[in-house]
Amino acid sequence: MAESTLEKLVIIGNGMAPGRMLEELFEKAPGRYQVTIFNAEPRVNYDRIMLSPVLSGEKDYEEIIIHGDGWYIKHGITLYKGHKIVAIDRAAKTVTSDHGVTESYDKLVIATGSVPFIIPVPGKDLQGVITYRDLDDVQAMLLAAQSREKAVVIGGGLLGLEAAAGLKSRGMEVTVLHVMPTLMERQLDPAAGYLLQKAVEERGIKVLTKANTKRILGETRVEGIELEDGRIIPATLVVMAVGIRPSAGLAKEAGLAVNRGIVVDAGMQTSDGDIMALGECAEVGGMVYGLVAPLYEMARVAASHLAGDRKAAFVHSDTPTKLKVTGINLYSVGDFADGDDREEIVLRDATAGIYKRLVLKENRIIGTVLYGDTADGAWFNDLLKRGTEISEMRDTLIFGQAYQGGSPLDPTAAVAALPDDAEICGCNGVCKGKIVTTITSKGLTSLDEVRAHTKASASCGSCTGLVEQIMSLTLGESYNPAAVQPMCNCTELGHDDVRRLIKAKGLKTIPAVMQELEWKTSCGCAKCRPALNYYLVCDWPDDYADDYQSRFINERVHANIQKDGTYSVVPRMWGGVTNSQELRAIADVVDKFNVPLVKVTGGQRIDLLGIEKEDLPSVWADLGKAGFVSGQAYAKGLRTVKTCVGSQWCRFGTQDSTGLGIRIEKFMWGSWTPAKLKMAVSGCPRNCAEATCKDIGVICVDSGFEIHFAGAAGLDIKGTEVLGLVKTEDEALEHIVALTQMYREQARYLERIYKWAKRIGLDEIRRQIMDDAEKRKGFYDRFVFSQKFAQVDPWSERVSGKDKHEFRPMATVGFNQAAE
Amino acid sequence: MNWIAIGDISDIPLRGARCVKTPIGKIAVFRTAENKVFAIEDHCPHKGGPLSQGIVHGNAVTCPLHNWVISLETGKALGADEGAVRTIPVRNDNGALSIALENLTLAAAE
Repeated sequence: MAESTLEKLVIIGNGMAPGRMLEELFEKAPGRYQVTIFNAEPRVNYDRIMLSPVLSGEKDYEEIIIHGDGWYIKHGITLYKGHKIVAIDRAAKTVTSDHGVTESYDKLVIATGSVPFIIPVPGKDLQGVITYRDLDDVQAMLLAAQSREKAVVIGGGLLGLEAAAGLKSRGMEVTVLHVMPTLMERQLDPAAGYLLQKAVEERGIKVLTKANTKRILGETRVEGIELEDGRIIPATLVVMAVGIRPSAGLAKEAGLAVNRGIVVDAGMQTSDGDIMALGECAEVGGMVYGLVAPLYEMARVAASHLAGDRKAAFVHSDTPTKLKVTGINLYSVGDFADGDDREEIVLRDATAGIYKRLVLKENRIIGTVLYGDTADGAWFNDLLKRGTEISEMRDTLIFGQAYQGGSPLDPTAAVAALPDDAEICGCNGVCKGKIVTTITSKGLTSLDEVRAHTKASASCGSCTGLVEQIMSLTLGESYNPAAVQPMCNCTELGHDDVRRLIKAKGLKTIPAVMQELEWKTSCGCAKCRPALNYYLVCDWPDDYADDYQSRFINERVHANIQKDGTYSVVPRMWGGVTNSQELRAIADVVDKFNVPLVKVTGGQRIDLLGIEKEDLPSVWADLGKAGFVSGQAYAKGLRTVKTCVGSQWCRFGTQDSTGLGIRIEKFMWGSWTPAKLKMAVSGCPRNCAEATCKDIGVICVDSGFEIHFAGAAGLDIKGTEVLGLVKTEDEALEHIVALTQMYREQARYLERIYKWAKRIGLDEIRRQIMDDAEKRKGFYDRFVFSQKFAQVDPWSERVSGKDKHEFRPMATVGFNQAAE
Repeated sequence: MNWIAIGDISDIPLRGARCVKTPIGKIAVFRTAENKVFAIEDHCPHKGGPLSQGIVHGNAVTCPLHNWVISLETGKALGADEGAVRTIPVRNDNGALSIALENLTLAAAE
């Protein structure tokens, strides 16, 4: 018999992986095997990836068939459609189907694929609850969609979203429930997940994230879903698309090594020498796969082994994810988690709906997320796969392949106009001329080289944008500046560039900044104006006239606006210490002005709430008579220094923490900072003043003062970092003041100290404040100079009549006219 | 129109606003960087914030409570937000400002 000369190859499963394997095998070793396939589904091999277009109506089933019946006949394959294998007899080397067919094999390939995961909730077996896995599921969905009623898709991953889009296009009202905070969190970072959610919602699909299904409601048919939080969502169709599990039960019963999937080596060999496994059911190198690229790679390896090539081995590679929903372009590949050893390049264009993020490690791409414009996905993936060193093109990388070596994108007029002696890098004292001559004389072409040779932007990095612009000016079209997040819609420049240019060009008014830096709006917006005002106050304390119309209302009227338009008033209590005379004065004010609420704040102050704006100057006048000044509880500036009672009273106190707190507060009050600045001094490590979650804190110890900074206890919670230990109170004050000034000069407006520190690097801050006495002295002196102009009590100024217009109505009209 | 004098343009800081108290509530009168004067209800359509206390930029004001940006010309919220405040007719005769409060006088006369 002809059969006896051929080896018998039996395949369990007729999906895409074994289909591809056979194609490869027939090419490599034509006529070597007699092939028999058992397919549990009653059909030929079709493209499962294209099920979504079938669901949405963009394709027919016929269009997604990979191998028609003719192909099986041509290759002499016996295909048992609708036959599920129920037993493997490894000793006899046979398999038996549920229809009683037994077939013997020389080589067996298990390709049983995967089964959809069913959430074990009550009601999961109701009619109308289906999964999304094969053509039968799609047909069930299409049937359900004819009713044009409500569908709920559980799972906001690739499959779930494709199912939702398909059902929506078939006329159903669709809600997607996703248990995580953002969609497709395994393939997308939160930013892209957010954009995706917006796009999905724009299609009329409801998305509920953090939605935990409690049970599926209904008697015999599904009627709705109840969430853990009690919400009920009506539904006539529930699609579970929460993931897949390798289908390895058969192999396990046959005694093969099974872990999550059927364990195979890099040659797709199971623990039985005559049995191979591949596809979603196989586990190789501890990984199971669900995307087609690695499955096809398995197919190639398996075919090689079957054809006698024993060297072929499966190698893991990251696979790009693409969502097949028409109109939504999304691409992700690799590893894009945050990490200390990683850097990222991000490009956002909100108007165009574009988000691109490259994650770099050691100057190589390790992850890519593209949303909106995915044209360069393949190129980035190629760079990732090859491990290409990208530092040469780093600054233009994010723009994609077309921009490598292209023409500059941003006008660099502002930098071009700078004189040669304009200081570009403040940290290292490098001026423009030095950078230009070094680039030309040494033939530098990359930012790294410029940093290495000139040290410009090599420390805090805040002048990187400027250095890059100088490079593009010097090098012409061969160099492009990187994408910088602009301050606001009024400018293309980022905060760091604006700060640097204010200094370099000696810009001393807001109109000058807007003119010279080519603002796109006539007088800015509520975002950039307060920022510019702060930068100018900070940089030119003696020259700049504070622009009150560019300050937020709280800083304009020196009180905190409340939701009803009244204000709260917080007098300063140095270090949180008060006395009977002060308390009496406060009590009198409360009575006189009928203050509705008196409250003790977290910063050890007393807050008087509910004061009418017109009453503010009178309230301040009374408080002022008792010696109070503004507590600046409204300021992006020094707020409070909280203290414990320290060595004066406490049996554990090591230093006079109250005294130091008061001293710091008296020295630093009135100073404006990029964001609010709250401090504390604790007299011992028991830390009763909670100094270790403050912007700047001091922990007194026997040997001196441990200075902390960069804590947070608001939106974010973060313990402080230690700046260093100093011996005396004087040194403590000097270091704290220098640190504050460094923060004032370098941070972006509204950037709290912990965010700035993270950006600049803790070591760099320690180096400039703890190790470099000259730098520290410079910061300290500049702070002291600026305080000469800052320490004016705003309350007494206003009691004396300043800004009267702020507190009085312009006119009262209508009442008299009506009476007349 | 029944014009009611409210004061001089110099009473309002450039890129600033002042309040006028009326029987129908406060009215915010704005003076832009280009010396244009606008009057709108002093009541943000979002949560009633006092618009007169906001930062004035271009022909718009940003509400001090939650940063809605309101057009001084139309009274409508700009950007993604939806809502509007009433605009009040205002006249500038060489710096002498007056507003028209027809509804107000009607209401007050009743």
